[in-house]
Amino acid sequence: MQATKIVTEKNNQKVSKNKELVYETKGLNLWYGETHALKNIDLNIQENEVTAIIGPSGCGKSTYIKTLNRMVELSPIVRTSGEINYRGRNIFDKSYQVEELRTQVGMVFQKPNPFPKSIYDNIAYGPRIHGIRNKKILDEIVEKSLRGAAIWDEVKDRLNQNAYGLSGGQQQRLCIARCLAIEPDVILMDEPTSALDPISTLKVEELVQELKQNFSIIIVTHNMQQAARISDKTAFFLSGEVVEFAETDKIFSNPSDKRTEDYITGRFG
Amino acid sequence: MYIDRELVQKKMGSRLLSNTIFKFIFFCATLFGLAVLAILLYRILTQGLGWLDADFLQNFASRRPEEAGVKAALIGSLWLMAVVAPVSLFLGVGAALYLEEYAKKNRFNDFIKLNISNLAGVPSIVFGLLGLTIFVRQLALGRSVLAAGLTMSLLILPVIVVSAQEAIRAVPKELREASYGMGATKWQTIKNVVLPAAIPGILTGSILALSRAVGETAPLVVVGIPTFIAYLPAGLFDQFTVLPMQIYNWTSRPQEEFQHVAAAGIMVLLVFLILMNSIAVFIRNKFQKRY
Repeated sequence: MQATKIVTEKNNQKVSKNKELVYETKGLNLWYGETHALKNIDLNIQENEVTAIIGPSGCGKSTYIKTLNRMVELSPIVRTSGEINYRGRNIFDKSYQVEELRTQVGMVFQKPNPFPKSIYDNIAYGPRIHGIRNKKILDEIVEKSLRGAAIWDEVKDRLNQNAYGLSGGQQQRLCIARCLAIEPDVILMDEPTSALDPISTLKVEELVQELKQNFSIIIVTHNMQQAARISDKTAFFLSGEVVEFAETDKIFSNPSDKRTEDYITGRFG
Repeated sequence: MYIDRELVQKKMGSRLLSNTIFKFIFFCATLFGLAVLAILLYRILTQGLGWLDADFLQNFASRRPEEAGVKAALIGSLWLMAVVAPVSLFLGVGAALYLEEYAKKNRFNDFIKLNISNLAGVPSIVFGLLGLTIFVRQLALGRSVLAAGLTMSLLILPVIVVSAQEAIRAVPKELREASYGMGATKWQTIKNVVLPAAIPGILTGSILALSRAVGETAPLVVVGIPTFIAYLPAGLFDQFTVLPMQIYNWTSRPQEEFQHVAAAGIMVLLVFLILMNSIAVFIRNKFQKRY
């Protein structure tokens, strides 16, 4: 526990001065009923970076990322303590509307989950719920978002067809495009490639690299190679604690904690 | 070696035999229901077919069997639907949405859900007494279309709530997450995601519940709906009668001819019900989406 603290603090000092903090997590605890799922998490996330969260199943990495946009509260038995500051404002604050937060923080889920609507309506969903009715503006957002998710060329001739006709990989990129359409600041990705084949996975990974120019990305992944390939920083979670958080290079070449080393060399998990 | 091949061989014959026997028993069980239905249909068709003609549909009830018709009852049943359908759909789907989407999961709400399911099993005559007390007497609506319609709505409300709850629960939670994840409110998510996906299921269940309301007699007997009416209701506060009441009245008459009239009435009612159920099946097949 103490070792964890020291490591995290050391790394937080490395925060480069020219990049702003997006998320600042301080002493976050979370319980599912009686289960203590997240224990005293301290983690800082910077803008325009890809932060990967790795760890074995049940270590709390998905729970953590879902806490960042408060989706975790959809489960009725969740309790939290501590604070998460998004751009300096505590997201647990009573005056902070979750709807407002989620307009800033988009999310891509494990399984592609397009709506059973047309490709166009899927992308226009977000802008529409936030009050955009003008067809010309919607058209522009749809094209820009689909281009942004590198799927425009594949779907531009069938925007009015049902999204369920797309392949799994295309559906996932559509979901990323749908997320871009709300013009978020941060994109949370919860194992976005775990249901995809290797080629679709590669496409999503390339996309993540491009997206980090404009967005801060936090990605949970089971796949350590993926974390090594695409992320700038990596956090290793184990039984609800952050064991180590550092530059991805350092985590994978010279981890400070024995448990991190054991995990990335495949000795457990 | 725990499995003795020889023993297995020896017992194989009796195992296959009992398999065949049970298959036969279950087949007979299926056949029994179908056979009874076929006999019923045969009797009604042979009794009533000769009496079912355009006049039968256009005439009011009459003392003379050859002049009796179902016009008032048929139109009355449609009137009843016009009240029951909107009232029970709105209240039923609204309650289901509240319970599934808004209500917190706690003991109290579990208790409410359990009791709504139990209400679906309350005998219809009890709902008739409720309707008589509240709508006919307390609210002084009389034996009107409105009073009977509200009573019938109460009767089928639990069924609609339960079937709507099931349809709403069947909407994958991933779709809700996608919507909430973009900053949609509960109502926006319900309106744009949950309801469109759940409507085929809701309608299927509701139409089946409505067809129960069309065929139900007991609550209307208690409410005191007349069976002999020679005019059409002009509004919600008029007296009226419905098909099952009319049939009930005819079957209880002594003259033999009225049995034929009743059979013809049953045919009209059956056609009415089959039409409604086909609509339900059509909606289910056409719109139900697979996830």
